[in-house]
Amino acid sequence: MSTQLDLVPVKPTTAIVGEASPRKSGRAVWFRLLANDRVAACAAVVLALVLLTALFGPMLIGNVATSIDLDNSNQAPFTLAHGWANVLGTDPLGRSMLARLIVASRTTLSVAIPAVVISAVIGSLIGMWAGFYRGWRETVAMRVADVIMSFPSLLLAVVVLYVFSPSAANIVAVLALTRIPVYLRTARAESAELQSRLFVDAARTFGASAPSIITRHVLPIVLPTLLTVATLDFCYVMLAESSLSFLGIGIQPPDVSWGLMVAQGRTYLNSAWWLSFFPGLAIVITTVSATILAAWARIATDPGQRWRLTVPQKRLSRFTKTGKAL
Amino acid sequence: MYTSALPLIIVLLGVFLLARLTGDPTSLYLPESATEAQREAFALKNGFDRPLLTQLGDYFTGVVHLDFGTSLRTGESASEMAFRAFPATLQLAATTMLLAVVGAIVIGCWAAYRPNSLADRFSSLLSMTGASIPDFWFAITGVWLFAVLLGVLPTSGTDGPLAWILPIATLMIRPLGVLTQVVRGAMVSALSAPYVRLARSKGAGDLRVVTHHALRNAAAPALTVAGDLAVGLINGAVVVEAIFGWPGIGKLMIDAILQRDFAVLQAAVLLTAVSIFVLNIAIDACYALLDARVREPARV
Amino acid sequence: MTAVAEHSSADVVDADPALQVEGLTVDIRTISGTVRAVNDVSFEARRGETLALLGESGCGKSMTATALVGLLEPVAEVTAGSAKLTGRDGVADLLAVDRKTRRRLAGTELAIVFQDALTALNPLYTVGTQLAEPFQIHHGMKSKEAKAKAVELMARVGIPQPETRLNSYPHQFSGGMRQRLLIAMAVALNPRVLIADEPTTALDVTVQAQIMELLRGLRSEYDMAVVLITHDLALVAEEADRVAVMYAGNIVETGLVSEVFANPRHPYTKGLLDSVPVNAVRGEELKSIGGAPPDLHSIPQGCAYQARCPLAQDVCRTTRPTLNPVGSRHQSACHFPQEVVNV
Repeated sequence: MSTQLDLVPVKPTTAIVGEASPRKSGRAVWFRLLANDRVAACAAVVLALVLLTALFGPMLIGNVATSIDLDNSNQAPFTLAHGWANVLGTDPLGRSMLARLIVASRTTLSVAIPAVVISAVIGSLIGMWAGFYRGWRETVAMRVADVIMSFPSLLLAVVVLYVFSPSAANIVAVLALTRIPVYLRTARAESAELQSRLFVDAARTFGASAPSIITRHVLPIVLPTLLTVATLDFCYVMLAESSLSFLGIGIQPPDVSWGLMVAQGRTYLNSAWWLSFFPGLAIVITTVSATILAAWARIATDPGQRWRLTVPQKRLSRFTKTGKAL
Repeated sequence: MYTSALPLIIVLLGVFLLARLTGDPTSLYLPESATEAQREAFALKNGFDRPLLTQLGDYFTGVVHLDFGTSLRTGESASEMAFRAFPATLQLAATTMLLAVVGAIVIGCWAAYRPNSLADRFSSLLSMTGASIPDFWFAITGVWLFAVLLGVLPTSGTDGPLAWILPIATLMIRPLGVLTQVVRGAMVSALSAPYVRLARSKGAGDLRVVTHHALRNAAAPALTVAGDLAVGLINGAVVVEAIFGWPGIGKLMIDAILQRDFAVLQAAVLLTAVSIFVLNIAIDACYALLDARVREPARV
Repeated sequence: MTAVAEHSSADVVDADPALQVEGLTVDIRTISGTVRAVNDVSFEARRGETLALLGESGCGKSMTATALVGLLEPVAEVTAGSAKLTGRDGVADLLAVDRKTRRRLAGTELAIVFQDALTALNPLYTVGTQLAEPFQIHHGMKSKEAKAKAVELMARVGIPQPETRLNSYPHQFSGGMRQRLLIAMAVALNPRVLIADEPTTALDVTVQAQIMELLRGLRSEYDMAVVLITHDLALVAEEADRVAVMYAGNIVETGLVSEVFANPRHPYTKGLLDSVPVNAVRGEELKSIGGAPPDLHSIPQGCAYQARCPLAQDVCRTTRPTLNPVGSRHQSACHFPQEVVNV
């Protein structure tokens, strides 16, 4: 005699151990993951500050950055004797270092961010498309990427900028071009690997078109990796722009970028070390923060590794060092 | 392998076109007062008067014979100049890569072995900083600190072992930083893989697990990045050679661009592209050596 | 009723248990709180016998095994319990030993066979190198000697042409062969206790039978205690002498397989046995246990099975039942074991 069991489940009341907490909403989880890693949280704050400075700084300081004051030329930093604006010193023309740094941040970021966005979008789209179709499309895309990558990017940039004159737009275009292969290869590799997965075949069996499969299935999986790559790439592009400006082939005066400031301060190393030091420091702080954030993103976006961010740091190291485990 | 020769050809073509695009060198090499006749003679001598396609043909023929013509600046054979400058860069790059790889393996393995310990986080911070420092800033700060202020190292040139320290240090920080992070990441993944669990369940100790089981599996991704970094060393070399006056191929290329010395530029770029090509082949061979699945795909 | 193998009768010798687990508790730290994956689990494994840990996916049986072998992920932690292993050199508590002792015991006294043979084998080294490893680690043998031993092992587990296949790589073997290799590595040093974590789940039925036959043979040859972790009732009936049924991290019933399968004294075990469609009639609805296993984040107070149990009363919702004897060597964690017959 068969008996049907009662199907009404009893609502559970408490967890056996610890506080019962409802599943957090998506965004809250991310904040918690970030807050758990103090260093990454610091880096995120620093980057946010840099972004804010670049966005609003130049407006706030007006023309302090360009006001020439020859009486005050080459003043040392860390003293308020010459006014709060010159707390980081002045340059040979008496302009405030602090103000110039702020204005330069906007130039630097307005080159780096568009370059990263453009190369990321173009590279990822081509890569996902190539990885999806495989065959000749994949081969062609990879060859193109190889060609771009086998050319020393700095040289390519120098040549192009020499030919077409170094404007901010040209710099963005050249840097974007040289970075496309990075996204292309990453996106293609992940997209190609996904082709062998059953859910893609399943989508095909109910008639999903290629673009919809790519946007619905491939993109969400590839996106975290691409974001991590983009954060790291942001560093690289910033450094590249600085190098170009340093070599004289990037941002041209009267515009100012951090790299250019370092170059301009080179001849005064002995007498006015702060001219090169502070801009370089600004670059380091920004790029290091971006690198740290990228490392955090790599762990946070990988469901298999995410647990590392949920265990308090001290306990994590105790476990792996002296825990009872093998 | 033949498909990877294609980029080589395109690079050569690209250089030819771009070099021509940088403008007419006549105005650089002849004084402003030069007459029309003198300009024509100059163009004739260097083959600029001929149609572009013929110049291209000559160019490629020359490439095959390793003859790039003569330098507009010095009159020497361009290929000779390139071949003379190349070893200086090669020495610099090879030493740098070697130090970076060894350093990255040691630090990366050690950090992955004790993840999230104070030492690991400290070395992570250091390597991330290293990967993000602008090399030119590091170089001139280094020069200012050690050469000018302290006077212990020379500011430029290649005499003596001391002269190598700053250039190599500058060139090395980024590869060392990036590679350390990659090795650490790959090792952490490898150390949490099932075959490591199995090895531990057989009683394997930490040293064996790290060096025998995990390291070899972590080698492949590290190798990829190392290859990219090696190519990027050429970029780095340009800046380093410019700052320290190192007579390498990077400096040669920059000077050639700025002085529109086509022949030398073409020779230098070809040499660089060929070495990248050889490097990629070597890396592919390493992959096959490391991983049996590449050599012998699964028997069905 | 399911068919039951003949060997599991009362003539099993009452030897000293090779492995005695008491009150094992494992907690996992997740983003949304701490979760108890294994709750106060106790069982024994005797030499020459197979104990089956039976339960559905997620009931904690694999985590019990990894806790014993000391391979828990850092998010999981053993918070209570002991696991006494009787080896050649005496008794050791697996949950309390230091790393050095644990490494000494690994492979020599306690071994584990994992489920997925392809990922468990290192893809970059030959099979010979990996099989030789236990001998090199524990007996300090040189490579040549150890490889000779490896060949012997491969022959013992039924891999054809072992001398040539010594230099093959894992990806060049079939699934069944790879599982044999894992078993070979596990028994290489004649351990007292062998834990087999779903050893045949990834294999097809004919290969399954061969592998289980191999395990049986090795068990008697080496006089090992085998702990078989599985969700397959038929496998338990065929291969195991005793069974411990797990649900949501708890052991709900233990006993001889013949006894438990004939007279289940826990509603969950009864539900499992009833859902085997041996006597299904065409047109009739198949039986199953309604509901689903509880979310470990919110296990209710009292019995973990209350939500799906037809016998649930008030006492079940307040007091957690512990394992109590309900027959000869038969225990059940239920407040109403006698009424299970009527379910």
